[in-house]
Amino acid sequence: METIERQIDRSQMTVSDEVAIDIRAMNKWYGSFHVLRDINLTVYRGERIVIAGPSGSGKSTLIRCINRLEEHQTGDIIVDGIALTSDIKNIDKVRSEVGMVFQHFNLFPHLTVLENCTLAPIWVRKIPRKQAEETAMLFLEKVKIPEQAHKYPGQLSGGQQQRVAIARALCMQPRIMLFDEPTSALDPEMIKEVHDTMIQLAEEGMTMLCVTHEMGFAQAVANRVIFMDQGQIVEQNNPTDFFNNPQSERTRLFLSQILGH
Amino acid sequence: MSETGAQTVAYVRDTMLPAAPAPQAESGAIRWLRENLFSGPVNTILTLLGIGIVYFLIVTFWDWLAHSVWNAGSLSECREIIAATWGEGARGACWAVIRDRWNQYVFGFYPRDLYWRPTMTMGLMMVALAPVLFAPERRIRRILLVITAAVTLVSMIALSAPAGWLLFAAVMLIGGLVISERNVLWLLPFSVVFPLLGVWLLWGGSLWGPIFVLVGPALGWLAYRAMLRVLPAASVIVAIIVTLLFWLTLAGEAARDAENLLSLSIQSVRSDRFGGFLLSVTIGVSGISLSLPLGIMLALARQSNMFLIKSLAVVFIEFIRGVPLITLLFVASLLLNYFLPPGTTFDIILRVIIMVTLFAAAYMAEVIRGGLAALPKGQYEAADALGLDYWKAQRLIVLPQALKISIPGIVSTFIGMFKDTTLVTFVGLYDPLKSMSDAVRASTDWKGIYWEPYIFVGAIFFLICFGMSRYSMYLERRLQRDHR
Repeated sequence: METIERQIDRSQMTVSDEVAIDIRAMNKWYGSFHVLRDINLTVYRGERIVIAGPSGSGKSTLIRCINRLEEHQTGDIIVDGIALTSDIKNIDKVRSEVGMVFQHFNLFPHLTVLENCTLAPIWVRKIPRKQAEETAMLFLEKVKIPEQAHKYPGQLSGGQQQRVAIARALCMQPRIMLFDEPTSALDPEMIKEVHDTMIQLAEEGMTMLCVTHEMGFAQAVANRVIFMDQGQIVEQNNPTDFFNNPQSERTRLFLSQILGH
Repeated sequence: MSETGAQTVAYVRDTMLPAAPAPQAESGAIRWLRENLFSGPVNTILTLLGIGIVYFLIVTFWDWLAHSVWNAGSLSECREIIAATWGEGARGACWAVIRDRWNQYVFGFYPRDLYWRPTMTMGLMMVALAPVLFAPERRIRRILLVITAAVTLVSMIALSAPAGWLLFAAVMLIGGLVISERNVLWLLPFSVVFPLLGVWLLWGGSLWGPIFVLVGPALGWLAYRAMLRVLPAASVIVAIIVTLLFWLTLAGEAARDAENLLSLSIQSVRSDRFGGFLLSVTIGVSGISLSLPLGIMLALARQSNMFLIKSLAVVFIEFIRGVPLITLLFVASLLLNYFLPPGTTFDIILRVIIMVTLFAAAYMAEVIRGGLAALPKGQYEAADALGLDYWKAQRLIVLPQALKISIPGIVSTFIGMFKDTTLVTFVGLYDPLKSMSDAVRASTDWKGIYWEPYIFVGAIFFLICFGMSRYSMYLERRLQRDHR
């Protein structure tokens, strides 16, 4: 298991009481398969939430519902005060406020790194190209790859590609960031560079939801860990109690397997 | 030494090895021959057999080709020359027929004193194509446009074009070259207007017709802007309806009235005067440029979530693909008249272009659908997650990648379609291969000449299709940047 050297200073981190995401009694089915069951989750602005659980437990589906990459059938999802319904305008509004980072990066291979980062600001936010490029360079510097700006994604390493993906999402200046197993497709040396970027983001107070198997990252960054199994939230707690004193039997089993105790 | 020993001996590298050059590949013609042609008994036998066949072909056709005659007025004169030069009983090719009937092959029955018009249209087409086909390649554009300008102007002088039009062509061609050197994208408006200009130059008549055709979309755009404030959802549909209504109701009258006020006419040429390569290229180029956008729309429609649109696309594609092109051409030439209001004259070439376009578009849609299916789902998701709407995602993310994957298939469809233009012979148009060669043979001079016209027409088709094929390979190479 990877160790995070740099613990973030939690005393500096403030979680406001403003609600960023509110999920109430949400259910989702794939055909007849009940994939998400009665999900209730309130995320406050500035929270760093890690969602853990065995594969097939619905973690990815849950965060993909938050920007409507997946459609939920019953219950409410309210993001930044906007209820997600089939109204396409609301969906686009939510999507431009919520950044997403995927397991397989999903960079656009036919565009350069800089074009990847400026595309949505120019076409969705209608920001002038020059200004969008300046902002993009700022974020590329932040993820420490400004020198790759004019290369194509195929020329970069996996870790670099994932950092570009983070920069691309940040260029839309989102208020919430979703990470769907951002380091699962990376080798250990690259995981660290991506984690460093995410830690930096957490320190700046970004509201983050992260599906990951990296428990070290959860311990270092999260203010809340959610454990899911069979489409349900089984347990949620602060990381200290979650890892040292898990309440449910299922959580204990999962942790013992993943931590190799 | 045992393997276990190797595992237990500790080892630490203290210096890293520098990169060494790769070993020189063994070369030499003999080695190549041995590896590729004579690597074993079977290969050797096949090689010898191949050489034998090539030798046989050369021996058979060499005399015929070597005894080519280029200057003769008729087939009998040709044969006399061959007999006189290479002795009685010698065989020879009589290419004089091409020299004699060159104009007929190129222009069909287009009025002889107007030959300069198709020539000029062809030259201007190259200017219109430059920003579309060769946008990032200044050098290729320069070569292409210089050659086009020179050939077009010289041909126009040779075809005794009027001085005014010669000046017009010179201004357009040289102006196009200059603009292309400055910023090729400034030529795009010309590319958009060119189809109408081309139609006017080829068929003649009043310039007001094309002008009022252009007014339609302009009005549609105004309607679109107006509707955007009132009812944005319906704005595109309203724009299309306004455009179509204008074309169907007012455009014709307006063009006639304007023509009466101020005549902007050139001599008109009826469609039955078109023939030869002029006809093939007209149908081919129109079909190619119309079927690509239509094919893209059909492919997107077939992938759509909307049931009605999807079903319509599937029915259309499957119907068109399931019917021979000749059937569609017969429908165009015979049946369409029954469905049109009596008295409407609907040009036969236009009808054929529509049918050929629909036919190619159905194939194109399936080719592009393959490209769309090859894109990873993550690309769509990333575009969605960034807040791009459907059309922006298609235009900026999906289609650039899907079309790139589909280039070989798209160009194959183009090539197939261009060759299929010879099928218009079945609806009484003079395609270069069948009808035109028959027409040539119908004269007493060239009665009985078969091989030479077919070889000539085949060679021209091959040149054009091979050119398209090479262009597609060039385009693939140019767009291969994400694999670098």
